[in-house]
Order: sequence, then C-alpha cells, then structure tokens
Amino acid sequence: MSSAAQGLVRLPVWRARFVLAALGLAFGVLAARSVYLQALKTDFLQEKGDARYSRVIEVPATRGRVLDRNGDALAVSTPVKSIWAIPSDVELSREQRRKLSALLNIDSSELGKKLGSSKDFVYLKRQVSPDTAHAIATLAIPGVYQHPEYRRYYPGGEVTAHVLGFTGVDDRGQEGVELAHEATLGGKAGSRRVIKDRLGHIVEDVESIRAAQDGVDLQLAIDGKLQSLAYSALKRAVEANRAKAGGIIAIDVRSGEILALANVPSFNPNNRAKLTGAQLRNRVITDLFEPGSTLKPFTIALALESGKVGPATRIPTAPGTLAIGGYTIRDVHPAASMSVAQIVQKSSNVGSAKLALAMPRESMWELFHRVGFGTAPTLGFPGAAAGKLHPYKTWKPVEQATMAYGHGISLSLVQLARGYTLFARDGELVPLSLVKTGAVAGGEKVISTETARAVRAMLELAVQPGGTAPRARIPGWRVAGKTGTAHKQENGGYAADKYLASFVGFAPVSEPRLVIAVMIDEPAAGQHYGGSVAAPVFAQVMQGALRLMGVAHDAPLDPIEMPSEADEAREST
Amino acid sequence: MAKLNLLLLAVLVACALGLVTSQHKARKLFTDLEREHNRARELDVEYGRLQLEASTWGLHARVERIAKGALGMRPADARRTRLTGRDASR
Repeated sequence: MSSAAQGLVRLPVWRARFVLAALGLAFGVLAARSVYLQALKTDFLQEKGDARYSRVIEVPATRGRVLDRNGDALAVSTPVKSIWAIPSDVELSREQRRKLSALLNIDSSELGKKLGSSKDFVYLKRQVSPDTAHAIATLAIPGVYQHPEYRRYYPGGEVTAHVLGFTGVDDRGQEGVELAHEATLGGKAGSRRVIKDRLGHIVEDVESIRAAQDGVDLQLAIDGKLQSLAYSALKRAVEANRAKAGGIIAIDVRSGEILALANVPSFNPNNRAKLTGAQLRNRVITDLFEPGSTLKPFTIALALESGKVGPATRIPTAPGTLAIGGYTIRDVHPAASMSVAQIVQKSSNVGSAKLALAMPRESMWELFHRVGFGTAPTLGFPGAAAGKLHPYKTWKPVEQATMAYGHGISLSLVQLARGYTLFARDGELVPLSLVKTGAVAGGEKVISTETARAVRAMLELAVQPGGTAPRARIPGWRVAGKTGTAHKQENGGYAADKYLASFVGFAPVSEPRLVIAVMIDEPAAGQHYGGSVAAPVFAQVMQGALRLMGVAHDAPLDPIEMPSEADEAREST
Repeated sequence: MAKLNLLLLAVLVACALGLVTSQHKARKLFTDLEREHNRARELDVEYGRLQLEASTWGLHARVERIAKGALGMRPADARRTRLTGRDASR
C-alpha cells in the first residue's frame, strides 16, 4: 500500500490554485470586456452598425403647379437629371469623350476644360432630359454621376411669361407669381432613415425624419383664352404701330380678379438664354407713366361730387387756351364753352383744368389717394410700383391744373385700370386679385352712385362718333372709356414726338363686367392718338372677352361703321 | 415539471419562428409599399407631363392657327350673327 502511495506524485496544491486563478482571471477579463462593449460603448457600436446598412435618404418634394382659372396648366415641374463628375476619377476613352460631348451638346474642348479642373465636383450639364440621362448612364463612365432635379416648363411661353415669372435652376421662384407664392408653391424635401440590403433595395423603413411636403397647386385668376387673346392683339398692335412696348390688363369688375395681363416685348420662360431687361419688365405693374387724359374722369367725378356742377353745366373754355403762371394749357378742339359731359367727350384740357382749379387741392389729392394712386396695389406681386402723387401742400395752381388731365402725376396701368372700377361699379373701388377667388369682392365706396353713373354716361359719349375713341366700340355691347395721349417725359421736359397712347374702358355699360386698360409706348408708325392706337386693341379684346364670358348683349348686333377722320376728336394729352 | 418545460419550449420555438416569418412578411410588404409609392410618384410625374402636353397642344394660338388655316374658319362678325331671345322658342 505504502509503495503505491509512495508511487503517487504529489503535486503542490498551489499549482491547481494557480490554474484556477488564471482561468478565473481570463473569465473576469472577458466579462469586463463584454460589459465595456455592451454597456459603455454600445451607442458608438450601434452607430457603426447602422452606418453599414442604414441610410438617410432624401424624399424629394415636387413644386406645386400653376393653373389658370379653368384648370389648364400654366407651369409644371417635371423631373430631369443633372450630370456631374469628380474630375480626378474620370477615365474617358476617345470614343466615350466624343459620345459624351455629343449627348451633352457641349463641344469637346469645353468638356475637356471642365474635366481638367482641379475641383472635386463639377456640373457637366444641368437639367438634361431623362432620355439623354439614360443614354449617358449606359456609357458607364467612371467618375460621372447624375442626380435628379426638377425643371419647370411653361406651356404658355411668352403669352403668360410676365404674370408667372420663372424659377431658377434650383426650382425656386425668381420672378412674378413664382416668386410671390414661393412659400406655398415650393415643396419642402423630406428625409427618412431606411435599411438597405446589399443590392441597395430598401428593406425597412426605420423612421421618417421629416415628411416631404409637396408644393400646393396655385390657381390663378388668369383666363388662358383671354390672356392669349389679349397678348396676340397687343402684340399685333405694337408691331403695326412700330411701338417700343405695350401693356394690357383685364379686370373682372365683380370679383376684382385679373383675367388677363400681358406685356410686349415678352420672353420665352422656357429658354432664357438671351434676356434683356426690357423683355423682363412687367410694365403693367412695375412701370410708371403719366396717364394723361385717362385721368380726366376722376377730376370730373370730383367736380360732380362737390355739387357745384352737373353734367350739363356749361364751362367757358374760350379761347381754347388757359394761361397759368407762365404755362399755357391748350385744347385741340377749341370751343367757346363746353358742358361737363363734352369736356370728357372731346377731352378738353382747359375745361378739366378749370374744373380742377375750382376745387380745393386737398379734396383732389384725397380722391386720387383713395383711388389708390401713389400707393402700391396690394397684389402680392414683386415690384408693384406705387406711383408718384405729390403731397397737396406742395401743389401750385399750375400743378393742380395739369394734374386734372393727368400730367405731373404718374401711376402704373394696373392702378389706372383699378381706378376705373369706380365708374364700372357705381362708385366702388374693387380690390384686385391675381389668384382665383370666384366670389364677388366687396368694394370700397369712394364716390356716390349718381356721380359714377353720370361719369359712365360721359365715358360712353367719348366712344361715340364725335368723341375721341369711336374705334373702341364693338357690335352687340355698349362700351365706355377714355383715351389718353401723353407726351413722354424726357430729360426733365416733354418730348415733342414721343407719345404714350392709352385707353381704359369697360363694358357692357348697362351692367359692366370687365375693365380693360391698354397702353402703347412710343407708337412710331404715323398714328399716335390713344383713340387710333390703343382703342382698337381694347375693342378686339373686349369683344372676344365678352363673347368668351357669355355676357348678354345690351346693344343691337349691327356692324359698326368706322368713323371718318372728321368724326374723331383729337386730344393732346 | 418536465412536461411543462417541454411545452414552454415548444411555445418558445413557435413564437420565435412566428417572429421570423412576420418580420419577413413585414419587409416584403414594405418593399411592395415602396414600389407602389414610387409608382404613385411616377404616375404623378406622368400626369404633370400629360398636363403639359395637353396645354401645349391646346395652345390658343395653335388652335386659332389651325382653325383659320387648315379648317378655313373665321370669327363670326356682326353681319352674320342672328340673336335669338329666350322667348323665341315659345
């Protein structure tokens, strides 16, 4: 037994303990490590893991469409691609270079310049069509990438250019309605976190960081047909009269909606490569001019309001001139005396001046101010001009007299057209809207119904034979309106041979529905009177518009005999 | 006791498998949803293009040109217009 016991090797106890302790320590280290990873570094590791498969992707939002009042598209954004490159990564064979430059429609040397630049990112071309982008993608050139963008198309082209304005290359509004309504039209791109598989398919939506908000469609008050009619009539007139420019605006009397607004020269918003400032200007809203005789009805209305005169009161106008403070006011058709109605019909400067001088300057200023002259119209349109109406305290008698027939005051065509709603709406001034409201707008009463109707009757006389604008008449409807033929201001004086012809009127007189104002800048083909240059445009557009709107006739449909020259009164403002 | 444990094990395995399948289904459905979303977007884009096309073809200037040129139409002038009152039909 003892020999067997002797045979056993007795190991020291410490060795077993040592191994145990070593194993225990190893476990301890592992446990500590796992606590460190699981509890302390967990956020970092989770993040690293996410970075391997989860992606934040942008959810694009489309820009709202702009529609006309009938729902026809005026501006629509559609997706296009932009081609960009990392120049240092691009490897091009000669053949590929040729194909790429052909597809992008840029010449090879320019492409070379772009690809030779030291930048990390160059746009080769922005906004190429999806087909072209696809063709470029199939070339599979390393270092050339695409990313989606939107491009805005304007089917109306130059017809609606000034109202709509346009957007920049980033699909943000830069002019016109596009700029004015940027907040609602422009969508807000959203983003969300997703899990993608190896092939790039989205397998799980983790969270929506920000929901994409598509832009809201905007329905304008513009009537596409009427707009096109107005633009083409204006363009023809500007060309026929070899004029520098022109503008036209049509306002619905009941709702205050702007049904048409056009300018010549215009531009094509789809291709804005060679634009000049003259083409871009929305003259109707941003340009100021001295209205001339078209302002007379306001003076007359004020005179009637004062109660001192009636439509039949005769005002002595002999000898057809009036000298005030070294300045002489002249009439083209001098007469010994004229009734107030005839002053409007024959567009008498002397008569209007005399009527104005009989009134306190405060009341004249107040009327002009209340009609909105000198205050920018609240159209929500960028660059709306306020016009110049000097404070009455600075008025000298000669200024008050000339202002009676529209000199020494400047306003935009839109202000003038709005002013005429006063006579079309029985003394109410209507607030304007570029956006479709479809409702009758509440007006602000400025003059009495009787006065408004009296002036309306005078304005109807002005378009009859013997008035200044017989060419404004149309068969089937009674029209009323006033011409203006103002000398243009140049270098602080009036240019002798540069005119601004205008016509503002409304129809049908029995129950006015539409105010149309036309302005032709520097007609140079012989004719320069508002009655012969601007009134025919008014007649064309008014006739088409009333027919389009289905307005009931209030006059017999007899063809109108165009007056001989002798029947047409001339004017000098 | 052992029986209960076995039962619980079976339930656990069933639940685990259920979780896997539902996760798989959810992912599949999500892919479908995603596809439909894309389709909706594409259709919207298509609609925009068609609207654009409709507006371009229906341009009033173009309609007028065709009416005047190809169809030989002209605006009705007053000489050739007869008005009928509402009472005329009675």
